[in-house]
Amino acid sequence: MSSLPQILFLLVLGGAGYLLYRRVSYLRQTMMLGKPASRTDNPKERWKTMALVAFGQKKMFKRLGPALLHLVIYISFVVINLEVLEFIIDGLAGTHRIFAPVLAGFYTTAMNIFEILALGVLVSCLFFLVRRNITKVPRLSSAELKGWPKLDANLILWIEILLMLAILTMNATDQLLAYRGVEKYIPLGGLWISGSFQWLFDGMSNASLVFWERFAWWFHIIGILGFAVYVTYSKHLHIFLAFPNTWYANLEPKGKMPNMDVVTREVQLMLGLQNAPSGNETAPAEVGRFGAKDINDLSWVNLMNAFSCTECGRCTAECPANITGKKLSPRKIMMDTRDRAEEVSQNIKAGKKGLDDGKSLLGDYISQEEINACTSCNACVEACPINIDPLSIILEMRRYTAMEESGSPAQWNAMFQNVETSFAPWKFAPSDRFNWASEINKEAK
Amino acid sequence: MSMNNTTYQVPTMAEKTAAGESPEVLFWVGCAGSFDERYKAVTLAFVKILNKVGINFAVLGEEETCTGDPARRAGNEFLFQMQAMSNIQVLDGYQVKKIVTACPHCFNTLKNEYPALGGNYEVMHHSQFLQGLINEGKIVMKGGGSFKGKKITFHDSCFLGRANNVYEAPRDVIKALDMELVEMKRCRSKGLCCGAGGAQMFKEPEKGKKDINIERTEEALKTGAQTVAVGCPFCLTMMADGIKNKEKEKEVNVLDLAELIAKDQNL
Repeated sequence: MSSLPQILFLLVLGGAGYLLYRRVSYLRQTMMLGKPASRTDNPKERWKTMALVAFGQKKMFKRLGPALLHLVIYISFVVINLEVLEFIIDGLAGTHRIFAPVLAGFYTTAMNIFEILALGVLVSCLFFLVRRNITKVPRLSSAELKGWPKLDANLILWIEILLMLAILTMNATDQLLAYRGVEKYIPLGGLWISGSFQWLFDGMSNASLVFWERFAWWFHIIGILGFAVYVTYSKHLHIFLAFPNTWYANLEPKGKMPNMDVVTREVQLMLGLQNAPSGNETAPAEVGRFGAKDINDLSWVNLMNAFSCTECGRCTAECPANITGKKLSPRKIMMDTRDRAEEVSQNIKAGKKGLDDGKSLLGDYISQEEINACTSCNACVEACPINIDPLSIILEMRRYTAMEESGSPAQWNAMFQNVETSFAPWKFAPSDRFNWASEINKEAK
Repeated sequence: MSMNNTTYQVPTMAEKTAAGESPEVLFWVGCAGSFDERYKAVTLAFVKILNKVGINFAVLGEEETCTGDPARRAGNEFLFQMQAMSNIQVLDGYQVKKIVTACPHCFNTLKNEYPALGGNYEVMHHSQFLQGLINEGKIVMKGGGSFKGKKITFHDSCFLGRANNVYEAPRDVIKALDMELVEMKRCRSKGLCCGAGGAQMFKEPEKGKKDINIERTEEALKTGAQTVAVGCPFCLTMMADGIKNKEKEKEVNVLDLAELIAKDQNL
């Protein structure tokens, strides 16, 4: 027999592997444009968070309907991909269903499970398409999703539907051939789902069936490899990044803002406290910018967050500012961060100016109006099913605005002045601070 | 038994130290607690409770200054750290170990953010402190009175709830009263902000369809509760403004947890 298909398969596999390797290195380099951040403390808690939130999808279950549909696709993704192992061995060795004789009855059971899951994915994807395009769930049809994000979301669903149809078509034609006694095809003793629409192919000749079976097989494997590459260009990266994203997530109380040690040293000097203990003993080589104006001022975790975001909009749907019609949308903060990181990274790759292209995340992508509207209520952080933290980006931008540009809203500047001169955010005389106590025994009873 | 003839004491750390005493707990009053006309009543209510239970407490009085929270949230890290470091000097000067405050913003900052600058204290929100007093039997709710059987809803403060995972303490305090607790649709970890967090208290909101406190007030009114309980000075202002905006101030009260207890105890 000709080994041409095997050579072809090897080329396809190698090509996909090469593309994936390049994309993964590119994404890694892009995320590393962010500042270093140490997030490896308390590994036990980190593994636990990843197990519960990413693997166990704990936070998805705050909304039961979408959670169940998503769970079907997630389980299917993990389980059906076991079959890819057989595809690869068969493709390279020129065998057909190499595990069938080895696993015997269990193989049929496994195939039936895969088929049921495939049908589940089909149904779930159809539901998701309806939610996106017909019933138009608000968080899935907001303005920031116009254009590529909307197309991306729909493409993913259609690709998944086609991949599942390919598996079912392959099994249906494969089993028809097996029952007709065609060489190499192995009867599996009844596949429920694909068997139920085998009649569609009944009238075909063996040659046509072999064509359809092979077509579906190649479509599925090339589809999966192509999808893996596509994912690296897509919001769908969450299927991989959800895991590191939850592992590296913030474990501190959500209300705690990280201390700026650079500022601590300066304040200690101003207060004459040089010898006071500080959080950081060694002086950094360069101070850099206070807060964040562009993606290199954010931490690599912020950037990983941006690439992990699948644009579900649960954050925006819970954001009090967004709910009441303000411009701020935490999802857009993440999308903008990702878009700007990609822009800079591609600039660098193309040998252009990179970060010095005259643009910046704050200003060209995210406006002051957006970051000023945030109440730092942590609803977005709480809502994210994979522990993305849009708030930390917003607060870093406020730091930049206040400390580098003195560009805070006038009322905040007035508040700063009050704190500086009256030691309270309102303009009261510090000597009146304790006046309340004199009222305590005055009240008429 | 009535406390009507009691003279309440508000000792300062300076007085206590001069007398050679070290109080068990420092009551951190906060700026709203010191200056806000409406919210001063909460400070008074809490001090009365501390007096009645016989807690050995003190306040900083004129030596207290802003924790720096609004400055930090608005981006001014310098100002925040200036405030924090001088406050830490004062607190450490008095060897303060334990702090209780009614303001979740002060609570969050003192508890989570001062340690990085060398200030390490056991910090409690007054809801946790009050819950402790109730659990220990030091406060026994009278029940009945104007509260009996009335509906009450609790508005979660973001800086107490999501920021620090304190959801049950304020509810336990409310449950000890003779009232029916009805939850808003968005409560606990899904609670909607009053609109004042992140230094929003100190500026006008950005352009939008609606003010956040109106959205939240509408939700609170939907519960049919006659009392909206809060555990934060900013939430109190925002919710009270919202109720006024809806012209419901005659039917619906916005009260802090300490005020509810003080009222129950006829303080």
